[in-house]
Amino acid sequence: MTKVFCTGCGVVTPVGDTPEAVFLAVRAGRSALQLYPARPEPYMASLLSRQGFNGPSFFEHIAIEAARKALAQAGLDPSGPRVGLVLSAIKGNVEQIDSEDVSLAAAAARIAAELGVTSQPVVVSNACISGLAALLQGMRMLRSGAYDHVIVVGAEVQSRFIVTGFQSLKALSLQACKPFDAARDGLNLGEAAAAMVLRAEMPGQAGHDEVTAPDGVMADTDRPSLWELVDGAVRNDANHISGPSRTGEGSYNALKYLLPLVNREQLAFVNVHGTATRYNDEMEAIALERAGLLDVPVNALKGIFGHSMGAAGILESIVSMQACDAGVVLPTQGFSELGVSRPVRVLAQEMPTSGTEFIKLLSGFGGVNGALLFKKGGAR
Amino acid sequence: MKHVSIPSGADLGALYRQVAGDYPKFFKMDVLSKLGFLLTEMLVADEANRFQPREDRAVLVFSREGCVANDRHYAASMPDFPSPALFVYTLPNIVSGEIAIRNKYAGETSAYVLEKYDEAQLWALVREAFQDRCTKSAVVAWIDCPSDTVWKADAWLVGREEILK
Repeated sequence: MTKVFCTGCGVVTPVGDTPEAVFLAVRAGRSALQLYPARPEPYMASLLSRQGFNGPSFFEHIAIEAARKALAQAGLDPSGPRVGLVLSAIKGNVEQIDSEDVSLAAAAARIAAELGVTSQPVVVSNACISGLAALLQGMRMLRSGAYDHVIVVGAEVQSRFIVTGFQSLKALSLQACKPFDAARDGLNLGEAAAAMVLRAEMPGQAGHDEVTAPDGVMADTDRPSLWELVDGAVRNDANHISGPSRTGEGSYNALKYLLPLVNREQLAFVNVHGTATRYNDEMEAIALERAGLLDVPVNALKGIFGHSMGAAGILESIVSMQACDAGVVLPTQGFSELGVSRPVRVLAQEMPTSGTEFIKLLSGFGGVNGALLFKKGGAR
Repeated sequence: MKHVSIPSGADLGALYRQVAGDYPKFFKMDVLSKLGFLLTEMLVADEANRFQPREDRAVLVFSREGCVANDRHYAASMPDFPSPALFVYTLPNIVSGEIAIRNKYAGETSAYVLEKYDEAQLWALVREAFQDRCTKSAVVAWIDCPSDTVWKADAWLVGREEILK
């Protein structure tokens, strides 16, 4: 099977605008979560500044910015016919629902045009696993042989539509969220954009010999490793449209698909969804136990970014790659005392690792779950 | 491959009584989910061991407008009492979840939004979904409903062999 590598990353977040800056913020436990006033009740969220922005769509603006950063790092001209674009988004421009064509398809077409992408974009809108599903879609497009590169970009902005919806479900916490903690009482919403440029291994290449970083960015000896996206799976609980499975069915099945590909000696951590709702975190703990992963370190990043929805799968994967490159498993901000029924190894403190692989895990409404395996592919 | 469709504006309640009739949750669904539910009933009603749980069947739903009809209903409820029952359907993939629950499909479920109904692009995406080693067949649907009364709703049941030949 054709190998797929990540050759560029770009992020737009409230805690930093480069993968390196975001990694350092997470490491230092620095989040942008704060309480925003709203009626009938305030909400805790991690939001981006709109200062200086006066365009028609902030959602498209941040998606384009993240994609441009990833393209610059990859040194890729996106205008060729063999460059694909996958957009991961959930609600997109929904705040303009009364006045505009708010379809994600129209947004994707504008984003493609702005980036200079000439192929037909595809939007993956698979609830909270969209970012992970979009990465998997990009991998599949490369493996089909129809593309040499695929830009995968995820973005989400918050709106009254989303905030009131989660409030109506009583899913939001008024405090900074506490993934897997005994005192967890709900999630926080977040805004971010994140992008990866994926590249198929060319025939005759070992996968890590022809990639050039932009000139002058780093000395040869200091270049980060190239990451391979090995494989992934999406599985449904077939149980409930808004409640996580009590047996972790879909999440376990997605993990089960990947396990034969995992080198357990090298598995540094599982970066879980960890929304800090009672049911999600319990479900993930059960899935990890069923998959035989109770001895593997686990972390969640929602205590820094909140739940950045369409961006989450890509953003959290980028931060996880950074952490692995730095030889650390990042702590779970907000976690102190285990509050799930299975003894998962959730980390409150950073720990060193020599592992070269990690699994990204996500779950979402519609009963959908996803798992993706990342592996360090060699020197860049 | 087997193909079914539901004409725009059809009486979905009457169709439900004709093709299903034993699943009252149908009436809580948004129009997108109702159409997906009914299309799948029409596709798989006569399959042997129909409700046997299975992981080898994917549900792949495509549209341009996603769940915009229901999004408007939810937005209309916001000033008075934001409705959780409407909010849970404000995602284009809920329809694939409803189909999975009804039919006990524990395989992949995915929702895609495309700029238009483009056969070449849609079937390329379906072929790519079969890269999952577990997937042996898929319910594929194009369901585009800009409102509760106007739609294009088609579905196909495809097997791995016929899609990858």
